[in-house]
Amino acid sequence: MSKTENMAATEAAEAKSKGKLAIYWAASCGGCEISTLGIDTKILDLAAAFDIVFCPCITDGKTRDVEKMADGEIDVCLFNGGIRTSENEYMAQLLRRKSKVLVAFGSCATEGCIPGLANLHDRKSIFDNTYQETCSTDNEAGVRPQSVTQVPEGDLHLPVFYDTLRTLDQTVKVDYYLPGCPPESDRIWEAIEAIMAGQLPPPGSVIGSNTTVCDFCNRTRSEKKIKEFKRTWEVIPDPDTCLLEQGLVCCGPATRAGCGCLCPQVNSPCIGCYGPPGDAQDFGARLMSALASVIDSNDPREIQAIIERGIPDPVGTFYRFSLAGSLLRRGKRPEAENGHGQQAATGGAS
Amino acid sequence: MSDDSFEPKIVGFLCNWCSYRAADLAGTARISHAPNVRIIRVMCSGRVDPTFVLKALSLGADGVMIAGCHPGECHYIEQNYKAMRRYYMLQHTLKAMGVEEQRVQLVWASAAEGQQLADAIDKLVADVKALGPLGWSKNWAENGDRIRALEDIVNEHKEALEVPR
Amino acid sequence: MKRISIDPITRLEGHGRIDIFLDDQGDVANCYLQIPELRGFEKFCVGRPVEEMPNLTQRICGVCPEAHHIAATKALDNVFHVDPPPAAKKLRELLYSIFVATDHTTHFYALGGPDFVVGPDAPAAERNIIGVIQKVGMDIAGRVLKMRRDGHKLIKMMAGRAIHPNWGLPGGVSCGLNEEKRAEIEKLGRDAVEFAKFSLQLFNDVVLGNSTYVDLIKHDMYAHQTYNMGTVDENNHVNFYDGKIRVVGPDGKERFKYDGKDYQEYVAERVEPWSYLKFPYLKQVGWKGLVDGIDSGVYRATPLSRLNAADGMATPLAQQEYQRFYETLGGKPVQPTLATHWARLIEVLYVTENWVRLATDPEITSSEYRVLPTETPTEGVGCVEAPRGTLTHHYVTDERGLVTKANLIVGTTNNNAPICMSVKKAAQGLIKKGEVNEGLLNMVEMAFRAYDPCFGCAAHTLPGQMPLEVRLRDPQGNLVQRLTQYVD
Repeated sequence: MSKTENMAATEAAEAKSKGKLAIYWAASCGGCEISTLGIDTKILDLAAAFDIVFCPCITDGKTRDVEKMADGEIDVCLFNGGIRTSENEYMAQLLRRKSKVLVAFGSCATEGCIPGLANLHDRKSIFDNTYQETCSTDNEAGVRPQSVTQVPEGDLHLPVFYDTLRTLDQTVKVDYYLPGCPPESDRIWEAIEAIMAGQLPPPGSVIGSNTTVCDFCNRTRSEKKIKEFKRTWEVIPDPDTCLLEQGLVCCGPATRAGCGCLCPQVNSPCIGCYGPPGDAQDFGARLMSALASVIDSNDPREIQAIIERGIPDPVGTFYRFSLAGSLLRRGKRPEAENGHGQQAATGGAS
Repeated sequence: MSDDSFEPKIVGFLCNWCSYRAADLAGTARISHAPNVRIIRVMCSGRVDPTFVLKALSLGADGVMIAGCHPGECHYIEQNYKAMRRYYMLQHTLKAMGVEEQRVQLVWASAAEGQQLADAIDKLVADVKALGPLGWSKNWAENGDRIRALEDIVNEHKEALEVPR
Repeated sequence: MKRISIDPITRLEGHGRIDIFLDDQGDVANCYLQIPELRGFEKFCVGRPVEEMPNLTQRICGVCPEAHHIAATKALDNVFHVDPPPAAKKLRELLYSIFVATDHTTHFYALGGPDFVVGPDAPAAERNIIGVIQKVGMDIAGRVLKMRRDGHKLIKMMAGRAIHPNWGLPGGVSCGLNEEKRAEIEKLGRDAVEFAKFSLQLFNDVVLGNSTYVDLIKHDMYAHQTYNMGTVDENNHVNFYDGKIRVVGPDGKERFKYDGKDYQEYVAERVEPWSYLKFPYLKQVGWKGLVDGIDSGVYRATPLSRLNAADGMATPLAQQEYQRFYETLGGKPVQPTLATHWARLIEVLYVTENWVRLATDPEITSSEYRVLPTETPTEGVGCVEAPRGTLTHHYVTDERGLVTKANLIVGTTNNNAPICMSVKKAAQGLIKKGEVNEGLLNMVEMAFRAYDPCFGCAAHTLPGQMPLEVRLRDPQGNLVQRLTQYVD
């Protein structure tokens, strides 16, 4: 074959051997997509290896296109966002079926992330707040979003907002997890390279480090004896000393490494966005243990005072990113009478 | 809401050197107490990670007991103080989740205190019985019909006109 | 009625769908843009320590997290009744300028640009940033990637992370700049100004130099007569970080001007059962429905609106472009929606000039970038101009500083009503009497693209010929009609 024919043949072979990649967002913020764009010029390497067949953020594929694909036709689906509505669940089920490998991409899909804090509430209280109680809302008729609204021309559909936000693996079987809010671009590229090279850990694994953020922190550490936990606005921390030692609630000891310890570099304590390290089942439990170890008191009343004053919001502090995926559950069941009824003619709230 | 037929399931983490021996003593001395506590022996109350408590509650326990040596008497010197600090940290969180503080109780009992441990068990069981089942796993069940919501999506997708690319 | 569903809308941040109903005559009876998502931030932020709000609320959007981060930080200043030192405000505005430049660039080149660069008749698989890069070549693509890379690098340097930084505090910011960092910011800022000029030149050559596109921009089908909202400084120049909120009418005259903290007297939000997104409107004008006009409370808050609401730009090059903009489009206010893309690029020029101005301010490396609050927290409002519109954060706390109430009016939310109106007007204007192929083609493209805030420019001009095939089926699913355009 001539050189030109050779090149043409290679191109044809490459085109045939391109994988199919989907990047989908459920209840997410888009940060994972932007972080993916952060792989910068490597996007060309990505494009050489994959056709992006479905990614509403940056390409034009529609849901209908996915519905028409064969099962397993998508090689890899990076699925970010939590399962908040029936549409999110539908897409999770659909993409699970159409994908060979499904990755829980980012904190929302892996552990629920910050929107998981909504699990302290339920649909009714969230709707009542959003559509009634907020101070700029004007809604005398008590209108609420409905799953079906009859308009003169036909029916309009909205997905059902579930009482509970779920993680991806609480909904479908997940093959891999890529933690972080968002995962850093370098980690995303490493994962894509591993996928392209076929060098992945056993299914069900987290693609990431097994150590903690503290391992990547340059601050000096000595013995920690905390008499008081401080809120970030109460103290200007020393730039060289461990933040936890200075009384700030730094989640580093309970957080998986992967970001390079970015927040402490700008004097902000780690907030735990990468989730628990490999050996911890529950992020909050690990953090509670770590903080309990450094309290410098053996007197019950003093201990309680230190905790209550310094950590006034334990659920938000210990489960900021991980509430949905944690062992914790709500104290009581959501009210049963808060479903999506048809809107009555008088516009009564459902 | 108490229910006479409700028998709480309690998981107890008892330390090897003091409280577990107290439980043994209660047995050999034939001291009666409520049978609801499933006892797990740990070497020290300081071994009890909050994860153990949360796991027990999430798997269906209505209450948890953590029992260790009296302060100052820990076989490993100071680890029961760690247990105490973790306990308060955990209670603070559970309270914010709406879990009543009587459900998880920290108890000190030395090896000779069989009766005291039995009393503590009875108290915990009575407290939890009065509170009723925790029912944690049910609290995330979805109201409404999820399957129908998903079917609705399938149907309304089918109804829409075909617009091929 | 037959229902066409565009699901999902693509090449923008967030979820949306457009449902178009055709009557028996084949005309558009109605067209609805629905937002099928909600996460409940205003509710689940209650109970959180208020100093966490910059970190929590920025998870509303990973494309513009800095907008929420800074709006929240400003709200914290007010909650704690603390005034940050001047260096802190400058640092915040510097970060914000870098962020807006980067976000507007991402939007212009990655989200809307493909329609022009790759061409409307390219296969859908090529209408994306990868197609753009392959089409324009690495010279231009490299400049675009450099702009994004630089912007993210500097935000990371200043605030910890490019997406979801951890930096804002009541009374200041957590970290300042040394001379080495400042010099880097200045250098890359000057590169950014050149890139902004380049982008405007590209737009000029490729879009304004093409009469088809110019006609499209000026077409009445995409024009509205709404109020326009933006933030202005004391000279009535566009300002992203701080100032007063100014609303001008469809006639271009100032109607309202107020401090962010008084927003409740001017803006209220309505609820419709067919969308999860609320509909803000001007309270004192009143809600008259999804209609245009000086008596309708519908308003827009977009780059176009900001230019309309201001009297000019605060930096020289941007001001020149501002004047050229209005001269070309026939004076103020400019209402055609597609002109927003041009307005956006003018804003990039302004923020990059502002970036250099702040980077060369002697106070920017000051070590006084933070003071500790001393007063008990109560309540506060913080506003900024998010790239997509005026952003308002409002918190009430208890005496420990835990949030008891939160209210957020987010940039794009401001535009919910006008977007619905635009989509409907375009669809109705384009699809008539069963001429489904023409109308549907354009409608599918233009209805969501009119508010897809990025028409971008093209590396080379192309006529608009997108192949499209429409299949109409009867209720039994039998093929009734197959309509095609530019399909063999």
